[in-house]
Amino acid sequence: MLLTNKVAFITGTSRGIGKNIVEQYAINNATIYANARTEGSIDDYTKKLCKKYNVTIIPLYFDVTDVTAAKNAILKIKKEQGKLDILVNNAGIMKDALIGMISADMMHEIFETNVFAVMEMIQLASKLMTRQKSGSIINISSIVGVNGNKGQLVYSASKGAIISITKTAAKELAPNNIRVNAIAPGMIDTAMFRSISESHQSELVNNIGMGRIGSPEDVAKACVFLASDLSNYVTGQILGVDGSAIV
Amino acid sequence: MTNLEKYTQAFIDTLDITEEQTKGLEYRSITQWDSVGHMQLITALEDAFGIMMDTDDIIDLSSFEKGKEILKKYEVEIK
Repeated sequence: MLLTNKVAFITGTSRGIGKNIVEQYAINNATIYANARTEGSIDDYTKKLCKKYNVTIIPLYFDVTDVTAAKNAILKIKKEQGKLDILVNNAGIMKDALIGMISADMMHEIFETNVFAVMEMIQLASKLMTRQKSGSIINISSIVGVNGNKGQLVYSASKGAIISITKTAAKELAPNNIRVNAIAPGMIDTAMFRSISESHQSELVNNIGMGRIGSPEDVAKACVFLASDLSNYVTGQILGVDGSAIV
Repeated sequence: MTNLEKYTQAFIDTLDITEEQTKGLEYRSITQWDSVGHMQLITALEDAFGIMMDTDDIIDLSSFEKGKEILKKYEVEIK
């Protein structure tokens, strides 16, 4: 159990990768604050995990773009736990459009959730982590943030921004022993991936060296590594979890 | 300790200055109060008064006197 005595805060946990990160962290004995946007959406799931793994999981319902709500979440963790060891910035949205058909609203919406909310959360979490002189921040980027992808100008730009945010925050927070890393998942079997057309899905799978799309568990286990003491000297890194995919 | 004493002590401890030096003190007017010192000062003030300041207020806290005004927003009266 790699996360015993650690307090984790994970955003975007109602489905897919985020949901799986909660389970993997529960398996590894962390105390977890799990964020989701829709009130009540993760109550049943988190109760089941609490019982199954004998851990504490507290749902926190708010939109990550709501800075006041995010601040209140951090204050709650500070009051209840006195510390925060792990932050996983997983919440994100994906919308595709070709160049020439990208509205300003779409750009703003994606950047508000995928980039600005992440920056704010890092600022808030680092306040607690700086006091305790330790912490691990894990940001979820994407293979398309590294390589770009047709039809995903805004989404890939937002995930590319996560890469530079990660590298800069790693440099700035290293003196306080706070590590900041990112995971760049490839094609992962989630509702987000399945929302694209089947023909496009097949095309993408054909470009994966390992011949299969990844599971949310594949990504979640990498998050366990980066949250745990196994990665105590790892910071500023972008870890691809993509089965040798070409995009 | 009064709030003013706690407030002043936060400046003295984090910026390594004397009480006399707090009078009229402004951000960047001394080498210790650079951006790194500023964040340490904010942490000390937040801990001293049990508050968490908004980013805009952190940025606006540009002097010893200004800080007193800003803390009023958090229901902390410095006197």
